Amino acid sequence: MELLVLLGIPLLGGLLLGLVGSRPYAAELNVAVSLCTFAAGIALTLRVIAQGPMLVWDELFFIDPFNVFLVALTSLVGFTTSVFSRPYMRIEQHHGRLTAGRLRLYHAMFQLFMFTMLLALLTNNMGILWVAMEAATLTTVLLVSLYRTPASLEAAWKYFILCGVGIAQALFGTILLYFAAEKILGAGGNALLWTHLYEVKGQLEPTVLTLAFIFLLVGYGTKVGLAPLHNWLPDAHAEGPTPVSAVLSGLLLNVALYAVVRCKVLVEGSVKSDLAGHLLMGFGLLSVVLAAFFLWRQKDIKRLFAYSSIEHMGIMTFAFGMGGPVANFAALLHMTVHSLTKSAIFFAVGHATQKAGTQVMDDIRGLLALSPTVGWGLMLGSLAILGMPPFGVFASEFLVLTTAMKQQPWATPILLLALGVAFAAIFTRVQQMVFGEATLKRLPESPALLPVFTHLAIVLALGLYIPPYLAEWFRLAARLIG
Amino acid sequence: MNATGLVSQLAEILVAVAAAPLLMGWVGQCRAWLSNRSGAGLLQPYRMLRKLFQKDAVIAHNASTLFRFVPYLQFATMALAAAIIPSLSTDMPFTRAADAIALVGLFALARVFISLAAMDIGTSFGTLGARREMLVGFLAEPALLMVFFTASLISASTSLPTIVDTLAHRELAIYPSLAFAAIAFLMVLLAENARIPIDNPSTHLELTMIHEAMVLEYSARHLALIEWSAALKLFNYACIGIALFLPWGIIPDSDPVGLLRAVVVLALKLGAFGFGLALIETLSAKMRIFRAPEFLGTAFMLAVLGMLVRLLLGS
Amino acid sequence: MQILPLSSQLIYLCAAVMLLLSFAMIAQRRVLTLVNLLAMQGATLCVSTVLVAWSTGQHHLYYSAALTLALKVVGLPWILYRLIRRLDVRWETETLINIPTTMLIGIVLVIFCFGSAQPISELASTINRNTLGIALAVVMLAFMMMITRRKALTQVVGFLAMENGLFFAATSATYGMPMVVELGVALDVLVAMLILGIFFFQIREQFDSLDLHHLESLKEE
Repeated sequence: MELLVLLGIPLLGGLLLGLVGSRPYAAELNVAVSLCTFAAGIALTLRVIAQGPMLVWDELFFIDPFNVFLVALTSLVGFTTSVFSRPYMRIEQHHGRLTAGRLRLYHAMFQLFMFTMLLALLTNNMGILWVAMEAATLTTVLLVSLYRTPASLEAAWKYFILCGVGIAQALFGTILLYFAAEKILGAGGNALLWTHLYEVKGQLEPTVLTLAFIFLLVGYGTKVGLAPLHNWLPDAHAEGPTPVSAVLSGLLLNVALYAVVRCKVLVEGSVKSDLAGHLLMGFGLLSVVLAAFFLWRQKDIKRLFAYSSIEHMGIMTFAFGMGGPVANFAALLHMTVHSLTKSAIFFAVGHATQKAGTQVMDDIRGLLALSPTVGWGLMLGSLAILGMPPFGVFASEFLVLTTAMKQQPWATPILLLALGVAFAAIFTRVQQMVFGEATLKRLPESPALLPVFTHLAIVLALGLYIPPYLAEWFRLAARLIG
Repeated sequence: MNATGLVSQLAEILVAVAAAPLLMGWVGQCRAWLSNRSGAGLLQPYRMLRKLFQKDAVIAHNASTLFRFVPYLQFATMALAAAIIPSLSTDMPFTRAADAIALVGLFALARVFISLAAMDIGTSFGTLGARREMLVGFLAEPALLMVFFTASLISASTSLPTIVDTLAHRELAIYPSLAFAAIAFLMVLLAENARIPIDNPSTHLELTMIHEAMVLEYSARHLALIEWSAALKLFNYACIGIALFLPWGIIPDSDPVGLLRAVVVLALKLGAFGFGLALIETLSAKMRIFRAPEFLGTAFMLAVLGMLVRLLLGS
Repeated sequence: MQILPLSSQLIYLCAAVMLLLSFAMIAQRRVLTLVNLLAMQGATLCVSTVLVAWSTGQHHLYYSAALTLALKVVGLPWILYRLIRRLDVRWETETLINIPTTMLIGIVLVIFCFGSAQPISELASTINRNTLGIALAVVMLAFMMMITRRKALTQVVGFLAMENGLFFAATSATYGMPMVVELGVALDVLVAMLILGIFFFQIREQFDSLDLHHLESLKEE
């Protein structure tokens, strides 16, 4: 029941907003729809805590500890982003960068994007997972080019083509997966159900699954932003409106990684070697190192944090690649805190760029002096994402590093170096932006900074104390991942 | 090597040498009909040969022995190729003397010498023609080899009689690899025999010539022999195509009645081929020379595709 | 040489024609002909699916074939034609590498794909499993076409050709994906095309041209 509400509300909301999205109350409607989605998400979560994993609707949907907390996270970030986007988009409209028609497109696509994310998380069918991932790209392509500047068109085109090609590889991987599954499970829709595949994963043909995993990793990995397939990410984040950057970083990357991990579980059951883990570790490390070094060259604030996203997704991928209960736990925790922190940062960045009128970091100065809330939000957010204690990111990074030292000692210096380089890059830039003298514009609407601090508060809380049910969840999910 | 085999071999060579100008005449006549002209008649090439043989040869001062010697060489290579290609029967002694790859080498030999002869006098048109001929040949030869390889894959041998025997007795089925190879072979045929769309055989514009430019210096009996060998080359290529792709009618032994029947069947096939060639020439336009590599590249690609499809699908 | 039943021969013929069409698309310079070739490839795919359905009795493949016909032979080419007309696209496309080199690289790719598909073909149990190599080759050739072209429209055609190849792979390895998935994929492709149409207008509006050269300014500083 909650499932129907959970999926139906964003879908209907999207269609509704497609009709009335340009009216003055559209932003409030958006917030209301997201709130209902969030409520349904919480209800579903509570149900799963009480009853355990569930198969719903003729086995089409599967809810277990791994994806239910992601569902809760997704609906939460969706809700807070909609709260943030209300004043933000009004200010943008006021500045003349958006017309009413484009606002309508924005609102409709936002809700449809939430729908595709939730569908991808909850479905049991690997084919539908693919369809939802592709649909997620499609809904956001037009959002990236919302401002119609040459740069944004280019970013959207790159996004579309690179992710399109990637997702085609993932389709081939899914075909191969179906091919392997059909022998054991018989033809028909049941052969693509993850629960069934999980039961027979030992019997699936190893060569086919290896090839399938490579294609799936390349395909979904493009959407995670793993190097060297990450080219679309900085551009899409920088040129799209800030709420879109927030959901891309906070949600899409997570769901793509979720898809990769689901595939990894199947492959590891079939192929007795460590190939899947090693591939994940390799790509993860490469992403971390590449991102850390590119961070230095960035002049645009949103690109800076986009590369930071690539870096953190790399850490998560590396952790999932290592495997084992502690690493998986750390990766899951990192998924949660990164999503919250990064979206908080983007909220703060959004208002900062609006106040300064530019995205170039050298031109943003003196945030703390002239606009304390935005300045503090940015400062704390950056400290959080850089892994300072007592924020939650520190806890997860610490766990990842200690596990790495135990299991993969060769990787530890690389990780430490990359993290250090990233720390230096971001910290210096943020410091320059937050302190100093500057003139900032007054904004026609008061910025919504409640979401920023809510997120940061949750992250701080998670850093200090993880509630037992959450920890249990993570442990269950970690065990599931293997 | 028995007597009947020898007799049928000689018969084949004679038929080829005698009928080659007739094929040229037929193609010319069909082109005329398709352009709504009345044409010069089927025997026009014979009249031209007779005229040329009666003239006195005029040779440049600085011509070398090679220049005088090449027309005979051309004629001899083409006649030898005619002997190797099993156009009437697969039982002839010469057909086992060389396989498909040696045949390609024989054509290459002829091409090398005519190019050398073209450059011999030192005129610029001759060199122009020789350069272009080498370009076309360099690209066409791999394609031709690939076509032969496809056929060899199907019949597990590169010897032409074996290929013909296997292909003649195969079941009636659709072979995509042979279809690709046939199209590639047709394109190579057009290129090597200087037909449209690579080269216009009836052009008088020297700057657009490939084959004609090489023989601008020849006259009288030398020119006659070269024209005859060009006709023989077309005849040979046509017979290769027929042997590879339409081999029904080529008898496996050499009894006289069968040979006569094979001659009739060959005449019919060549007639159809000539008409088809005229049709292609009428419907296409001559390409600019820098497009020739693309054309031949397509032929090569088709031939390789045919081979790959054969390897993968077994058909 | 064993002789295959007529249906298998026809299926192999369709596969060979698809490969030929892929190469023709790579060597093509004009945009309208490119879209025609894409439609022809879709039609060949449809015929091949119907043949497989007929010879193996898998009735859900008839629905797949109908879907392919509606979408890839009629729907998508029609959308592309309309786009071409409204955007007034008529030029011949320029390529990054010249066409004979592209074809040679294509042949190398084909050999590579045939080789890598061998182990999977052996494991398959469909009647047309040997065509998996050709399907993979079609995908890779389309991918190469996307990389080596400059005009946005040809990249889109390459993307659609890749879809064709993937669908062909699905049919030859596993008699097609489950119907639900196929419908989803078809819907995705359709929506993608619609979005692209809108997108092209935006690009055209901004740059007055669909040459991707204009879309290369965002580089790493």
